[in-house]
Amino acid sequence: MNTAATDRFAIYTSELTRQFGQLTAVDHIDLRVPYGQIFGLLGANGAGKSTVIKMLTTLLSPTSGTAEVGGFDIIKSPGEVRRRIGYVSQLVSADGALTGYENLRLSAKLYGLTKAERDERIADALDFMGLADSAHKLVKTFSGGMIRRLELAQAMLHRPAILFLDEPTLGLDPVARRVVWDRLLDLRHDYGMTVLITTHDMEEAGELCDRLAIMHSGRIAAEGSPDELRHQVGPDATLDEVFAHFGAGTIDEGGRYRDVRNARRTASRLG
Amino acid sequence: MTSATRAAPPAGSDRRAAASDGALETTRAFFRDATAIAEVELRKVARDPTEILTRAVQPTLWLLVFGQVFTRTRAIPTGSLSYLAFMAPGVLAQSVLFSAIFYGIAVIWERDLGIVQKLLVSPSPRASLVFGKAVSAGVRALTQGIIIMVLAYFLDVPLHLDPLRLAGLALAVLLGAALFSTFSFVIACLVKTRERFMGIGQVLTMPLFFASNAIYPITIMPHWLQIIARVNPLTYLVNALRALMVQGGTSPVGLPVDFAVLAVVFVLLIALGARLYPGIIQ
Repeated sequence: MNTAATDRFAIYTSELTRQFGQLTAVDHIDLRVPYGQIFGLLGANGAGKSTVIKMLTTLLSPTSGTAEVGGFDIIKSPGEVRRRIGYVSQLVSADGALTGYENLRLSAKLYGLTKAERDERIADALDFMGLADSAHKLVKTFSGGMIRRLELAQAMLHRPAILFLDEPTLGLDPVARRVVWDRLLDLRHDYGMTVLITTHDMEEAGELCDRLAIMHSGRIAAEGSPDELRHQVGPDATLDEVFAHFGAGTIDEGGRYRDVRNARRTASRLG
Repeated sequence: MTSATRAAPPAGSDRRAAASDGALETTRAFFRDATAIAEVELRKVARDPTEILTRAVQPTLWLLVFGQVFTRTRAIPTGSLSYLAFMAPGVLAQSVLFSAIFYGIAVIWERDLGIVQKLLVSPSPRASLVFGKAVSAGVRALTQGIIIMVLAYFLDVPLHLDPLRLAGLALAVLLGAALFSTFSFVIACLVKTRERFMGIGQVLTMPLFFASNAIYPITIMPHWLQIIARVNPLTYLVNALRALMVQGGTSPVGLPVDFAVLAVVFVLLIALGARLYPGIIQ
C-alpha cells in the first residue's frame, strides 16, 4: 500500500515489535528513513538492532506492528519487499567453497537477471570492488576486506532501492574498513540508494551516516543527525559520549549468547 | 544489452513480477533458481570428491561380507533370486538413505555461516531453494549407484543392463536421495542445532533400514513390523530398485505405485521444508 504519508520514506515502521518468549527485543518502534539517506542504527549488544533488520528484510515476522519497506508491507507483500532490498548480514554470507565469481553468479540468478545483465553487472561489480583479479579464486582464500566487498557486490547486483547492512565492518582492519565506507558512499552517489546500517562503531556512524537512531532495550532512545545528537549531550561531546549517554546499558544486558558468539565468529573469520 | 526492460532499476526483478503469462513464468523461475542452487552444490562436491569415495566403503562391506555369508546360509527365503541378488538393490537403497539422512546438517552449517540468510532475502521461492538442494543430493547419489552396480557386476549378480531400465534405476536413485535428503532438511529445520540433529539422525537411520524390505522380504516379518514397513518410503524405493536392477526381481506393488509413492512423499516434504526453512534462522 502506497499512501502519501509513506511515499517519501524508504522505511516506515509502525509500532514494530518482536518478542522472544518473555524478552521484548524490539518494543513498539516507529522508524522513518527517507529515500537516499544513509541511516545508522546504533546500540549496545542486545539492544535490538539486528532484530529490527531481520524484520525489515522479511527474515523474521513481527510479534505486532508492521513496516513498509520500499512502499510495500513486510507482512502482506514480503516478496515485493525482497525484490527491492539488498542485505549483508552480520555473519559471513559469501560461500567460502565457491569462487567470488560463482558467488556473484548465484545471486544474479536468484534475482532473475538475464544472462546479458548478469555478465555485464558481475564484470562491473568485480571492477568496482577491486576483485577482478581474484574473481576465480575460492572465497575461503580471501581477506576479510575482500569478503565484505564481495558480499556488498552480491547484495548490489539487482540494484536494490534499499540496502541493509548489519555491522558491515565488524572485524576489519582500519584500511579495509575505509575501503568499505568509500564503496558505500560511491554506491549512494551513483544509484541514490538508501542504506540502513547497524553498528556500534562511532567513527563509522559519524563518517558515514546522515542520520542516527540509538536503540536501548528495544526502544529508540534518541534520533537525529550526528551533530544534533552531539549537541543534545553537551557542547564538546563526542559520538562515543552520545552513545554512552543514550545507548549504554548496565553490564548485565550484554546481549543474547548466540549474538555474541556469532559476532566473535564473524570477527575471527574476517580478521 | 539495450532492451527496454533494463531502463529502470531493479530491472531484473521487475521483469519477473511483470510477466504477463504468470504461471509459466513462475514455473520457469522455480526451475531456474533450483538449477542454480543444484549447480553450486555440485561444484562443491566436484572440488572435494573424497566424500564420494568414503561413501562407497560401507555398501562394499555389506555386499562383500554380509551378502556373501548370508548367501551361503540360505536362511532368508528370497524366491528365485539368490540372496546376493536380492540384497544388492537393498544395499543401494541403504547407501542412498544413509548418506541422504545426514544431508540436513549442511543447512545448520549454512545458517551459522550466514548463507541461509542471504538465500532467504532473495525473491526466490523457498520451495525452489529446497528443491534445488534435493536435486543436488540426488545427483550425488548417482555416483553411489554406479559404484554399487560395478561391484554387483563383479560379484556375478544378474543385472539388467538395458538402457531403459538403467534410466529408470537412475531416476529411482535420484528420487530416493532427493526424498530422504529433504526429510533430513525438514528435521534440521525443526531441531536447529548440530548436536540434536546428529542424535536424531543416528536414531532414525537404523529403524528406517530394518523396518524395510532392504535385506529381507516383508513376508517373513512379524505383523507389527510389516505395517511399519508398508508405510516406510524406503520399502518403495527398494521395490523399485529391485525390479529395475536385477534379473528376476519384481516389485510386489508394481513400479507405477512405487514411483507414485516416492513422488508424492517427496512433494509433501518439499512443501513442508519450504514452510520450515525460514524458521531455522530464528
